[in-house]
Amino acid sequence: MKKYSQIRAMLAITKASFRSSTRSPSAVVFTLAFPLIFILVFGFIGNSGGVRVHVAVDSTSDTLNAIYKVMSNHQAINLYSDSDSEIYHELKKGDLDAIVHIEKKDSGFVVKVSTSDVSVQNGQLFKGMVKEIISEMNLHVMPNIALPFSMEDQPVIHGREYKTIDFILPGQLGFSLLSTGVFGTAFVFLNLRQTLVIKRFFATPIKRPYIVVGEALSRMIFGLIGAIFILSIGHFAFGFTMIHGFTTFFTMLMLAAIGLIIFMGFGFVVSGLAKNESAVPPLANLITLPQFLLSGTFFSTNNFPSWLQPICKALPLTYLNDAMRKVSFEGAGLLDISHDLLILGIWGVIVYALATKLFKWE
Amino acid sequence: MVGAKEIIKVQNLVKKYGDFTAVNGINFDVYEGEIFGLLGPNGAGKTTTLEIIETLREKSGGEVFVDGKSVDTQQDEIKKIIGVQLQAAGYYPSLNLTELLSLFSGLYNVDIDKMKTLKSVGLEDKVKAKFKELSGGQKQRFSIATTLINNPKIVFLDEPTTGLDPQARRNLWDLIKSIRDNGTTVVITTHYMDEAEQLCDRVGIMEAGKIISLNTPDALIDELLATGFTKPKDVKGANLEDVFISLTGHEWNDE
Repeated sequence: MKKYSQIRAMLAITKASFRSSTRSPSAVVFTLAFPLIFILVFGFIGNSGGVRVHVAVDSTSDTLNAIYKVMSNHQAINLYSDSDSEIYHELKKGDLDAIVHIEKKDSGFVVKVSTSDVSVQNGQLFKGMVKEIISEMNLHVMPNIALPFSMEDQPVIHGREYKTIDFILPGQLGFSLLSTGVFGTAFVFLNLRQTLVIKRFFATPIKRPYIVVGEALSRMIFGLIGAIFILSIGHFAFGFTMIHGFTTFFTMLMLAAIGLIIFMGFGFVVSGLAKNESAVPPLANLITLPQFLLSGTFFSTNNFPSWLQPICKALPLTYLNDAMRKVSFEGAGLLDISHDLLILGIWGVIVYALATKLFKWE
Repeated sequence: MVGAKEIIKVQNLVKKYGDFTAVNGINFDVYEGEIFGLLGPNGAGKTTTLEIIETLREKSGGEVFVDGKSVDTQQDEIKKIIGVQLQAAGYYPSLNLTELLSLFSGLYNVDIDKMKTLKSVGLEDKVKAKFKELSGGQKQRFSIATTLINNPKIVFLDEPTTGLDPQARRNLWDLIKSIRDNGTTVVITTHYMDEAEQLCDRVGIMEAGKIISLNTPDALIDELLATGFTKPKDVKGANLEDVFISLTGHEWNDE
């Protein structure tokens, strides 16, 4: 008789489990649909161009002068006009960044700029623009004056464009891996227990670790297909930057696999703790939601208040997202992100220590 | 069955769950090539006994040998020569029957003719049906098909007919008898006495973790009659189930 092959039995489980996953609506939605929707939304709204200031001209302004003309043709200035009471109201609300009053005097024109403390930055920006317009026009009118100080524009140095998608996509990919890992694994193992599929496996000659690895392998393949899909859509439809092309792509996939292994550990823990199906979402959300919000999925963690920073810096997804961005945009290799990998590794050890304690076979 | 070879030996088997004793020192043998029934009400310890023999559950005491192999030390060897049907499903609900058979042919490391396997349990027109779409009787028949994949010496069927309609039960009885006729030993649990009488070569009656009687159905009835027992009501040559079956037919059907 031929020797019994645990690997053959394990792969049979992987195949069956994978087929089962592709027919589970929730698995497909969490792995693909959610991240894709976020990518689509941010992909489309992300690149609306540079800054614009919104400015109103008050009703008593002189509009038959060159300054007005330059302002109304300025790319970064949106000019509005409305009743005076209305525009001051909007300035207070922050819908307008500034109000200008252009007055003709004997010596020339005076531009009075009112700004609010609601949009300080844009107000300052607009004042700067006005100053620049005025000094240029003064020069134009009196070209022969020798100026003691002046500035000359040099050609703009073209930097690498950091698009919204370059920030959003790695975060969404990380989130997709997190939900596939945690929700997917927890539900799969709970279902296997409840439908007695795993017990039926026990009655066959396969050994227990091979059952778990077989199932995990199928989750891994499922998650990586999701990752390939997200990376491809991002790259081809929204110009997501993968700096060294295929090398970057493969490094990203390896990172994705590492992330998945750790997140599946969380899934094992949840499936061990959950008594039934309805106990899975609260437990899984407890793990995924804080990371979704605090790990730089949507916005950089630098924007959070300092008391939140230590929490952000403790979450595994923070390091995965961070590593993904370094790899895709800066072209880092696995060696360059060893610090992130080390912390992920520590999480892996903690999570799997817990998982082996809590895992339930039936 | 004088001179028949014992294929399963159960000696002083005990199983405790905390303070509760589910199986309390039972002894019995199963002979090669017979249909052996464990009868008893729910909670009598039938399933626990079965699962210990199947190596799915640890015992608290006693000895169990399956085809001469100990459940303590030779679990892997035992698993290769038995087929197990659990009381409830045990299959990925969203996979179809062909895919599930591929899975089990991998799990047992055997190559099978899937169509032939499905035919043997009358499911040849359900090749592409998902497990969850099958009726109760079809699920049980498929479940039995998976127990036969590795050509086992013994199959264990835990309450295979519970919840089925009379036709489906009779279909299943025929199937189980044909398995025995092919030389496979069958161990079955049930709480239907008519089933045991129809199907089993020998039965052990369990109550509260003990075997209180063990013999052929015929001999057990004779023993009872010998005590002077008479049925309170005169029995007719047929009962209502016979009427139902003769009216509604007894062939494989889609239930």
